[in-house]
Amino acid sequence: MKALDHKLWRDLWGMKGQALAICLVIASGVCTYVLLISTMHSLNLTRDSFYSEYGFADVFASLKRAPEGLRQRISEIPGVNQVETRVMANVKLDIRDFPEPVTARLVSVPDSGSPLLNRLFIRRGRQVDPSKDNEVLVSEAFADAHRLIPGDRFGAVINGKWKTLVVAGVALSPEFVLQSRPGALSPDYKRYAILWMARTPFATAYDMKGAFNDVTMTLSPNALTGDVIARLDELLDNYGGLGAYSRKDQMSNRFLSEEFKQLQRSAQIFPTIFIAVAGFLLNVVISRTVSTQRDQIAALKAFGYDNMSIGIHYVKLVFVIVLIGIALGLGAGIWLGRGLGRIYMEFYRFPYLLNVLKPSVVISASLISILSALAGTLYSVRRAALLPPAEAMRPEPPAQYRRIMLEYLGLGRILSQPTRIIFRNIERRPVKTALTVFGIALASAVMISGRFSSDAIDFMVDVQFRLHHREDMTVTFTEPASGKAVHELQSIPGIEYAEPFRSVPAQLRFGHRTYRTSIEGVRPASRLYQLLDLRLKVVDIPPSGILLTDYLGQMLGIKEGDMLTVEVLEGSRPVLQVPVAGLAKQYIGLMGFMDISALNRLMKEGSAISGAYLATDARYQQQIYRKLVETPRVAGVVVRKEEIKNFYATQAEALLFFTFIATILGGIIAFGVVYNSARISLAERSRELASLRVLGYTRGEISYIFLGELALLTLVSILPGFFIGKGICVYVARALESDLFRIPVVIEPKTYALAAAVVIVSACLSGLIVRHRLDHLDLVAVLKTKE
Amino acid sequence: MSEAGIVKEKDDPAVVFRTRGLTKVYEMGSVTVHALRGIDLELSSGELVVLLGPSGSGKSTLLNILGGLDTATGGEVSYLGKDLTKATERELTEYRRYHVGFVFQFYNLIPSLTAVENVSVVTEIAVKPMNPADALAVVGLADRLDHFPSQLSGGEQQRVAIARAISKNPSVLLCDEPTGALDSETGIVVLEALERVNRELGTTTVIITHNVDIAGMADRIIHLSNGLISEVTKNTAKRSPQELHW
Repeated sequence: MKALDHKLWRDLWGMKGQALAICLVIASGVCTYVLLISTMHSLNLTRDSFYSEYGFADVFASLKRAPEGLRQRISEIPGVNQVETRVMANVKLDIRDFPEPVTARLVSVPDSGSPLLNRLFIRRGRQVDPSKDNEVLVSEAFADAHRLIPGDRFGAVINGKWKTLVVAGVALSPEFVLQSRPGALSPDYKRYAILWMARTPFATAYDMKGAFNDVTMTLSPNALTGDVIARLDELLDNYGGLGAYSRKDQMSNRFLSEEFKQLQRSAQIFPTIFIAVAGFLLNVVISRTVSTQRDQIAALKAFGYDNMSIGIHYVKLVFVIVLIGIALGLGAGIWLGRGLGRIYMEFYRFPYLLNVLKPSVVISASLISILSALAGTLYSVRRAALLPPAEAMRPEPPAQYRRIMLEYLGLGRILSQPTRIIFRNIERRPVKTALTVFGIALASAVMISGRFSSDAIDFMVDVQFRLHHREDMTVTFTEPASGKAVHELQSIPGIEYAEPFRSVPAQLRFGHRTYRTSIEGVRPASRLYQLLDLRLKVVDIPPSGILLTDYLGQMLGIKEGDMLTVEVLEGSRPVLQVPVAGLAKQYIGLMGFMDISALNRLMKEGSAISGAYLATDARYQQQIYRKLVETPRVAGVVVRKEEIKNFYATQAEALLFFTFIATILGGIIAFGVVYNSARISLAERSRELASLRVLGYTRGEISYIFLGELALLTLVSILPGFFIGKGICVYVARALESDLFRIPVVIEPKTYALAAAVVIVSACLSGLIVRHRLDHLDLVAVLKTKE
Repeated sequence: MSEAGIVKEKDDPAVVFRTRGLTKVYEMGSVTVHALRGIDLELSSGELVVLLGPSGSGKSTLLNILGGLDTATGGEVSYLGKDLTKATERELTEYRRYHVGFVFQFYNLIPSLTAVENVSVVTEIAVKPMNPADALAVVGLADRLDHFPSQLSGGEQQRVAIARAISKNPSVLLCDEPTGALDSETGIVVLEALERVNRELGTTTVIITHNVDIAGMADRIIHLSNGLISEVTKNTAKRSPQELHW
């Protein structure tokens, strides 16, 4: 088959533009698939290896305080393997040259050095020396953000007492792969740290000698996690247990799992789109190739080539295109995977990243591409092979045209001849037209769904930080304080207004469903903390009853008027019945909201408050920070503006990456579809167009006929593209919905505009390339060749 | 059907093709076309036959059926005693592969292949083929081996097509209007090539034409009109292509 193979390569070279466009579409599909799946595999492997090497615990529980002796009883719970007790505290830090409030979670490590569970990977420096009362290990992300190296010092307020801490080393823990302050939108490496300190000096400073307030454990392989948690909760109940939870609900791990879910979903959606488009393009191109090569096929058959070898010849052509696409896609996927891995490593702090490319990923990406390409082309190839030689020898019968609808409606008069040609062409092949429109529509859909997360995040931030939270700063106290604390705050210069809030940890129960969260007590007609109804209109807090986040209501299966059981996880731990007064919209987290005085009454605690929202004068920011850091009862301060800024700073790179990729990929699809359609129409109609030129039509006029059709199809495709894009967004948003966050399906007009723009620009670009060919039509030669 | 599968008819070994009552009807949209209405014909080994007739007379249909490109609606056609009407698609393919050489009016060269590669397309699947370069030498194109069809004149392209047809050493050479797309001067060069192949290799050759002048080089002239043989003439004064002009 040597001569036929020569033909194959030369045919391929002859259609290099089209083949390349298809290769790129296939490459895009393979690339996104490999990129997303292999990143997921790499992160998964890295996580699993980090977890197992560093003894990530199976069950976690925090409590108020329990004597160390309880440890023995915990370890006797059936199914519990190893137990480790710890002391944990939230502390305020004072970092030199960084005047903003910084909080940290301080975690004890055994004096012996390494913890039994959740062991530390020491990146730099060394373990803490238990004989020194001021040495800490600092989490890597925080150390990097502040360029802290072993030997550096910073101030801390532990249990109300000022202390200077010395960095002994920089560490990573499987427990804090995602270092995010509870309730924060995103990790904030500058303002939130994890610190580890030896147990004895820590317990001394924190009045926890011979006691613990946190416990972690591993389970034996066939232990029932639910049973262990129930037994543990029972045991810790008398010691202010806040409810045990399994690894699955552990914050850092939870976020990681959600991320994997997102990668997996994306890996299903995007490659499917590309592969479908590639299949369609191959179908169009191969059909066209087959019909232009009718006479060649006939000749080959006349010489005695059988159907099989002719079929194989065209299948080979498809294969070459697909294989080049796969190779390009694999290369790009692996290359971009490094970039994506690096971006994830910014977010998720692993000591190392294990890059894996499972052969199964390569094989499945290749197989999916090959099979869909074959599915797209088999019909044309089969038609080529089965063409009876005598029939193939005859020119293709002239295409059948009909009058179009507009003409039947009597509107034909308003159409010029060229316009009539455009419309008849479009109408002649409704299926092909529909597929072309669909293909181009997918281009804008890809763009929209690629940029959607950015829009949704903007919207979430807007709702969370501009509608919901309106304060400048939030102050939280170490312990519930009396309402008078607000006045103290208000006396600080620069604080214009302070509004108290009460936050009560609780287990909410309705029927057999429960959810652990907190109930926020807020002041009615609050200026700084607004609740939103399901249509995002501000609603006032009802004087009695509880408002639940809409998604929490769904999870509990509870509705307005039902009685909710609230098991308070603080103080005397009362169990209360509270009627549900309604649902409130919230995209991040799940909560209950009550009037602060109603909550205080229920808790029988007078005017207790957990903290306050502050409106401040921006000129006094630094003085206010300083004052708050020095106030012993203040556990932490969050500045809203900084939180938003940080959020965008941490997200920026990832968002830019995805927008960039989506734009490129959307552009590739649009270009691929439009360019191929254009080239094929040109091939099919060059004779017709040349004839028109001979009859005296100008280049501009024939370009109008030719490119007008494409322009029309491109424009028509934009609206369906928007709908498909939105549909994909809805699917993604629904699939990723969880108690952590719900992504609103919000697509900004500018995203639609950008999608349309990329499609139009790609279409124009391919139009220009083809127009160039159109201008160089060799009139004489075209007319001489037979149909 | 392999070469060995062809059983020669005992009574007349010289007969290559024999047709009896051959008919061909096909539908062209709503119109039924009777292309052949009952052709009785015998062609002998080594003979050069010209099929003459106006367009629509059924020449091409007859040639296509003889060459195994098309199947008859009724009647019989046999090649060396083997019934082609009963042949399967697969057998027809093998028949074309090993026994028939085709030359078409529009050459049907593969534009992406050079002259020598176009010939190789055939020699690669044939049994005991000629060397492609030798085949091109026979038609006087030894110096044009590596030219693409677009770099060759019409006459040269047609000679490549002839080289391609003869390169498999076919038993029969079927030519459909081989000079139809050429001027007379070039046409004569092409006919010379055909005549030479017929004379030197003894290949049974059938040439379709509507050009009466070409008939001068034939051993026998068969006139077709309206799907029937209207006249068969034996050419007693056979002329060489150089002596022809039109």
